[in-house]
Amino acid sequence: MRYALAITGLLAAPLAGAVEWSGYVAGEARLFPSAPLDDRQHDGNLSLSFQPEAYHEWDDGSSALFVPFLRIDQHDAERTHFDVREAFWRKSWDEWELRLGLRKVYWGVTESQHLVDIINQTDMVESFDGEEKLGQPMINAAWVNDWGTLDFFVLPGFRERTFAGTRGRLRTPLPLDEDAAEYESGAERAHVDYALRYSHYVGNWDFGLSHFYGTSREPRLKPTLDNLQLKLAPYYDLIHQTGVDVQYTNGSWLLKFEGIRRSGQGETYGAITTGLEYTFYQVFKSDADLGVLFEYLYDSRGGNSLDLKTLFDGATLSPFENDIFLGARFSLNDIQSTMLLAGAIIDTGSGAVAFGLEGERRLGENWKLSIEARIFANVPQEDPLTYIRKDDFLQVELAYYF
Amino acid sequence: MFDRWIRTGTAVALAALCSAAMAQTPEEKGKEIAVEADKRDTGWGDSTATLSMILRNQSGAETTRELQISTLELLEDGDKSLVVFDTPPDVKGTALLTFSHRAADDDQWLYLPALKRVKRIASNNQSGPFMGSEFAYEDLSSQEIDKFTYKYIGDEEANGMPCFVIERVPTNENSGYTKQVAWLDQAEYRIQKVDFYDRKGDLMKTLTASDYKQYLDKFWRPGRMEMVNHVTGKSTVLQWKDYQFGAGLSERDFDQNALKRAR
Repeated sequence: MRYALAITGLLAAPLAGAVEWSGYVAGEARLFPSAPLDDRQHDGNLSLSFQPEAYHEWDDGSSALFVPFLRIDQHDAERTHFDVREAFWRKSWDEWELRLGLRKVYWGVTESQHLVDIINQTDMVESFDGEEKLGQPMINAAWVNDWGTLDFFVLPGFRERTFAGTRGRLRTPLPLDEDAAEYESGAERAHVDYALRYSHYVGNWDFGLSHFYGTSREPRLKPTLDNLQLKLAPYYDLIHQTGVDVQYTNGSWLLKFEGIRRSGQGETYGAITTGLEYTFYQVFKSDADLGVLFEYLYDSRGGNSLDLKTLFDGATLSPFENDIFLGARFSLNDIQSTMLLAGAIIDTGSGAVAFGLEGERRLGENWKLSIEARIFANVPQEDPLTYIRKDDFLQVELAYYF
Repeated sequence: MFDRWIRTGTAVALAALCSAAMAQTPEEKGKEIAVEADKRDTGWGDSTATLSMILRNQSGAETTRELQISTLELLEDGDKSLVVFDTPPDVKGTALLTFSHRAADDDQWLYLPALKRVKRIASNNQSGPFMGSEFAYEDLSSQEIDKFTYKYIGDEEANGMPCFVIERVPTNENSGYTKQVAWLDQAEYRIQKVDFYDRKGDLMKTLTASDYKQYLDKFWRPGRMEMVNHVTGKSTVLQWKDYQFGAGLSERDFDQNALKRAR
């Protein structure tokens, strides 16, 4: 009820002139230099996105935030989509903080992949790195104590993962039929999920311990026959996932660890990302910083066994079963906040390499230019990345922030 | 304290004071001035303010940043502060939480609203520029007494006021300075001017503070601070607005939930 009131209040507030509006509109161009595996896929793509943001704060310190998102894509009907990223009401008391509505929550410390982060569904059509998320309906109460913070989550309403459509790049070889999605829970998308997280810091240590029970955000993909056409259908299991994340910060060093144990999705498995980050300050006698990153990625399921049997069993595979990540972050610390991040995930078994480059620079006061490039090299047939081995791309985005 | 003694007017007290002053080394007097300045600025509790940061390049072109700054005074350790960026618009809602310590490195967390991610960051980057400005992180962090060793140099006028001139040498090895020379006015012990000397010992930057206003009938805050970089010719002006003291902020306003509250 308070939530409904909050939204009503938020919508009514513009009349009182008390809502702060901000956001961005962005144009994106993607170029794929290699011919696609499927000739229905495009070679290049233009796209527009719009994300306004409305914020209101009441006199009692409570607040509400509303962030819708819209993308219009030239070729891929699945990438043209609308989502409400956030629409929630928040209030804090001495020891409690309550948040009701659609939100995004991030957990974890590592850079190459985000194992522990599980509250939100990934908006896969948005970005290849999986860092864009769909808004998740939730009741979240944080209990703040001297001995740390306990976050309780009740998550009613499941969001399905988005996947590129037939004409889009960076997709599975067989078309994916989202309408054929199946669930382990009889309640399907109405299943209520729960999560609990304890987080704290002591001196140079920051740590979190979390548990999630509910519908897996990551589906298994099962081949199905539909009108004599072979398709892939997502299957969402009910899972338990326990996660640990730790960061030790000392001087110019950051040491990081993330580990999960997941049951309910095939065999119980564990996965780890761990590594370090070191920053050199004011390099080359300038104001620039150079950070170097190293991470090791392990997954007990193994990855290079993409045969027909595992496919028809609908088993999940990790492309990062025994991989290393090497990265470098270069920040100019100038007025334009110029930043460049380069990284490569290398499969120690097959030698497959996923290379990524991201850069951004503010232009004037309101514009930002971003570039992103991905190159997949040396990918063998049996690696899960084999489907996108021809999908190297260069992306340029120009955004106007208001 | 010295004022009060003199006002009592007894010859004994005056004589004792004179001999004490005679015996005092420049280091002791320098520290005494710093301690007095710190004492006069103790007990303000908490404050909030809006900061405009005007960055000026060599050719005079200007860019402005807006920030909200809240600070909580802690008597047993360094202060806690929360800085929230309002502009430029692409970083709106980005927030920096700092727990400063008297002797050790500060603890810092950065909140990135696009990813909703709170990141503990290395805080030993004392000498790095804050948001592309001419202010380094260490120039803006809480000025705890133990962060320097002191030496009184003499008396000199600055901003038209008689001042004490003290030299302060940073104790933190990550500092970008070999020394700072600070002018504090003798009437109120407010920083009027600071010269910063780089790692080679050359004059690098000069800070001038002005438009002081008194709050709660006791605490002085500058309305304007200008940092000029003599090497690059660039400068940054900080304009402080809407200072509020005693808003009743608590440690809960300076935790990771508060960081996310910014957006």
